[in-house]
Amino acid sequence: MASIRIPAPLRAYTDGNEHVTISGRTVDEGLRDLAGQYPALEKHLFTDGKLRSFVNVFIGEEDIRFLDGVDTPVKEDDRLMIIPSIAGG
Amino acid sequence: MTIAKQAAPSGVALSHDEISRYSRHLIMPEVGMDGQRKLKAASVLIIGAGGLGSPLAMYLAAAGVGRIGLVDYDVVDASNLQRQVIHGTKDIGRSKLDSAKDRLLDINPHIEVETYNEPLTSENALDLFAGYDVIVDGTDNFPTRYLVNDACVLLGKPNVYGSIFRFEGQATVFDARIGPCYRCLFPEPPPPGLVPSCAEGGVLGVLPGTIGAIQATETIKVILGIGEPLVGRLMLYDALAMRFDTVKLRKNPDCPVCGENPTVTELIDYEQFCGMPGHDHSEFTSENEALAPAIDVEEVKARLDAGDDFILLDVREPHEWAISDIDRATHHIPKADILEHLGELDTARDIVVYCKTGGRSADVVMQLKEHGYERVVNMVGGINAWAEDIDRALPIY
Ligand SMILES: [Zn+2]
Repeated sequence: MASIRIPAPLRAYTDGNEHVTISGRTVDEGLRDLAGQYPALEKHLFTDGKLRSFVNVFIGEEDIRFLDGVDTPVKEDDRLMIIPSIAGG
Repeated sequence: MTIAKQAAPSGVALSHDEISRYSRHLIMPEVGMDGQRKLKAASVLIIGAGGLGSPLAMYLAAAGVGRIGLVDYDVVDASNLQRQVIHGTKDIGRSKLDSAKDRLLDINPHIEVETYNEPLTSENALDLFAGYDVIVDGTDNFPTRYLVNDACVLLGKPNVYGSIFRFEGQATVFDARIGPCYRCLFPEPPPPGLVPSCAEGGVLGVLPGTIGAIQATETIKVILGIGEPLVGRLMLYDALAMRFDTVKLRKNPDCPVCGENPTVTELIDYEQFCGMPGHDHSEFTSENEALAPAIDVEEVKARLDAGDDFILLDVREPHEWAISDIDRATHHIPKADILEHLGELDTARDIVVYCKTGGRSADVVMQLKEHGYERVVNMVGGINAWAEDIDRALPIY
């Protein structure tokens, strides 16, 4: 199963879990599976059924925006990451 | 990606005192006399003299960066000292810039320190940046980060970026001439209220030390033209896992400011763009604070003393209850859990909601209103205002 790393600002919605195992053949299916496991996360990831524009999803080192976006295929052992917008200084 | 190494400008010489001071640099071939003269000839503008700005400025001063500019308009507060190591206890109440300048010149009297005691705005940013070679972003809010980015892109200057939250940090070098910019990675800011500020979410004191030191390292590499600058790569640091990850950043051809057909060709209103204030010390990032019906602490006290029947709801996190608590609070439900506990909140009773300073509680008030609660109000200023104005026995945090 693929896994996704949840950044600190969103961990309040995943019971504090940093790594979550997700299933799905594409990034979109994986993220929907994630939101299914943690419904409170849904509105932080999606708006009107689409991935929010400020949510940055990476597979390995690559930004999915420069692959096939949410249609990017996810393989069994892929590590996904959500990279948050943080502004603290 | 490497930056071509250029010779130091002629006419910059090092005194014997400086040669003694920089000896550990001079004996490394990557720096040497030529590199040290480049550092002396260089100018760096640091936005924010806070958590990131502290270590950054101190290391750049110690390294001999000839001219360091600092932009900030804040005053040193006791709550800064847990991480802002450039300031000391004796500086509480002083301007951060005065305090920082004293410290930097104590570290290295051979440099110049220029201070700008004003907020960075769309009106002054281009003029300010124009006088510096490298801009370092150590600010603490989204509007200023977009402003710093756009000004750097428009002027063709490198923006050494760092940001922190709780136990996590990010660093990269945005240089739109040779790589992506901040907007290529973050085209839009998150909605107001979604990402808490450090004042609300907290930050490990040593975290800005780690990220600020990375920014200082990258600044020096950019000035010297050595090594591989962190251009096109984002460094992600997780202090709890003690892990560094790097991801690739790419230039977005559709980027509104550095793309092929830019639509942002001058500085805009960044507070409007982000829908939040750009105060350096803003406690909340919630527009709900302006929208939620409000009650002040004096009135809450008067109603309690009069024996009024109402729900006094604390929506802070459980670990905050140990810091300070209003003993007459009737309910403690953290903000994130509120919807699961609606059954405990009677729509027919008045509800007064509070948090630390009024931001989270405003979000809860608006959330409750969406769920049919009409008699719900936000206690302005939160428990800190209560501690300040009503119960002096409580600490302010
Ligand atoms: Zn860009």
